[in-house]
Amino acid sequence: MENIISRHRNLTLLALVLFGQILGLAVQVRKGADGGSTRLIRVWAVSAITPFEKAVVYTSRWFSGTWRNYVYLRSVRVQNEKLRDELERMRLEHVRMVQDAGQARRLQTLLAFKEQFISQTMAAQVISTTGSEYSRGVYIDKGSKDGIKADMPVITPDGVVGKVIRVYPSSSLVLQINDPSSGAGVILEKSRLQGILKGSASGETFLANIMADETIEPGERLLTSGGDRVYPKGLAAGTVVRVNPAGTFLNVEVKPAAQLNRLEEVLVITKIVEKAPEVNEQNTPLRAVDILAQRLPSVPPKPEGQSSSAIPAPVHMDPPAKKPAAAAASAGSTTSATGASKPGAEPKPKPAPPPETGGQTTVEPKREKPPTSANSGQMRGAAPSEKNPARAKSAAEQAKPENPAKDTPR
Amino acid sequence: MAAPYVSREQVEVYRFSVPVAVGVPLAALLLQSFLPLRLPFMAIFDMPLLVTIYFGVGRRNQLSGLLTGSIIGLLQDSLTHQPIGLYGIAKTVVGYGASSLGVKLDVDNHGSRLLATFGFYLLHQIIYFAVARGLAEQVLYWRWGHQALAAVANAALGVVLYFMLDRLRQKT
Repeated sequence: MENIISRHRNLTLLALVLFGQILGLAVQVRKGADGGSTRLIRVWAVSAITPFEKAVVYTSRWFSGTWRNYVYLRSVRVQNEKLRDELERMRLEHVRMVQDAGQARRLQTLLAFKEQFISQTMAAQVISTTGSEYSRGVYIDKGSKDGIKADMPVITPDGVVGKVIRVYPSSSLVLQINDPSSGAGVILEKSRLQGILKGSASGETFLANIMADETIEPGERLLTSGGDRVYPKGLAAGTVVRVNPAGTFLNVEVKPAAQLNRLEEVLVITKIVEKAPEVNEQNTPLRAVDILAQRLPSVPPKPEGQSSSAIPAPVHMDPPAKKPAAAAASAGSTTSATGASKPGAEPKPKPAPPPETGGQTTVEPKREKPPTSANSGQMRGAAPSEKNPARAKSAAEQAKPENPAKDTPR
Repeated sequence: MAAPYVSREQVEVYRFSVPVAVGVPLAALLLQSFLPLRLPFMAIFDMPLLVTIYFGVGRRNQLSGLLTGSIIGLLQDSLTHQPIGLYGIAKTVVGYGASSLGVKLDVDNHGSRLLATFGFYLLHQIIYFAVARGLAEQVLYWRWGHQALAAVANAALGVVLYFMLDRLRQKT
């Protein structure tokens, strides 16, 4: 026996080394990859490699940044014009979407629906890949020292990239959504069908668990559904490229929204807050009249006990209706269609100033009575005195009542 | 383009300085993980495998060949999210095989190197697939077209790489 071993010493060593590795592999598979912990050899390997990768990435970034920011500025002016145009277009679109979002929030509140909000992100630089065709992942330059934890979602402005799967002191491994072992809960934007976005061994992504009798059109967008408790709801995940029936289920090929082959900088979502959407009834669309009411000088609040008849009669062009908070607050000291004009009424606290987002609006104000078409048309956009001074004057004369506390809608 | 058979006394055995023996595998791992970030098609190459073959053939020592392959493979495994040992097992066998081949054949000419690398790449992939599917329960599909193309690409790169690495070796 000894003779055989000594004669085939190298072969015996090969068998021993292979046996040891197979045993270690079997233990890992049984425990589930790392059994929840990071093995020392991984830490060593990553610690040995990542400093060089960081140095290369940072150096190349410095050179390319210097070149692009200080030397190569040929098309910046044209690009700037294009971006300005796009910004204008986006502003208009933003106003419309804010209104839609407000409506959606109101409905969600009615349903007691809890929503996930991305409350904190961290930008990270992609420094390398895993270097394997069978492991689709990238390393980022942020680790446990920066507060990164496993299972944190990683995104780009284009869409979902993946999630943090392993965290090292100064770097982290992100598992991309096109890896065979990854999965993300998604929903089709139009048809609202839910499925799981999975990766394949060849690096493609497909939508799993869609029954063959469902109809899906190529080009339809996929958004994260939030059902996997990893990715927050509503992030762009991809676009349907091809749909082929394959037995009971459909074979839906998906093109990822993020450019997974060209990742440079990513955002790690470090905090997600889950709460019911807040619909502030007072936070209504700010009309021009409301803004003017806030900015124009106002009469200081009357001292308590003073006769309300001392206050000049307010000019009222609105039907009796609840005014938005900002207007009500500002009018609390001067005029109000509701409580403030009552004798001895306390002025309402002034809320936070409106966000200056270029005409951003929220939900429509709640009205007690539907306004007449003439009134509503007149009151939208500008103060009555500005829009029609003569009419306002006559209205003011008419509105000078014996008892100014009483509102007399026109 | 058959590799000429040489006797054990005729083959030249090379050795490498410690910086080369340590630095070249680390550089291969570094490039393997870094280059696909900028050039995605580079993912088809397996530079740690090429280095394993080169050291195995050059040293012509089965023990050092299997140890070199084992260490490089385990380090490569460490960079992935997969269980450690998939690349380790495959590269251990390739390192042993390359050093065994180096003992028997003169693989210093480019044609021999091309063929040897082509063959070892396929052997590496077969072992990897077998272990990954059989032991690690991974879902992998063998695609002959892709594997053959990758083997040719790796063999071509190997010839260039070996030519450069030849400058770092020392005759014993």
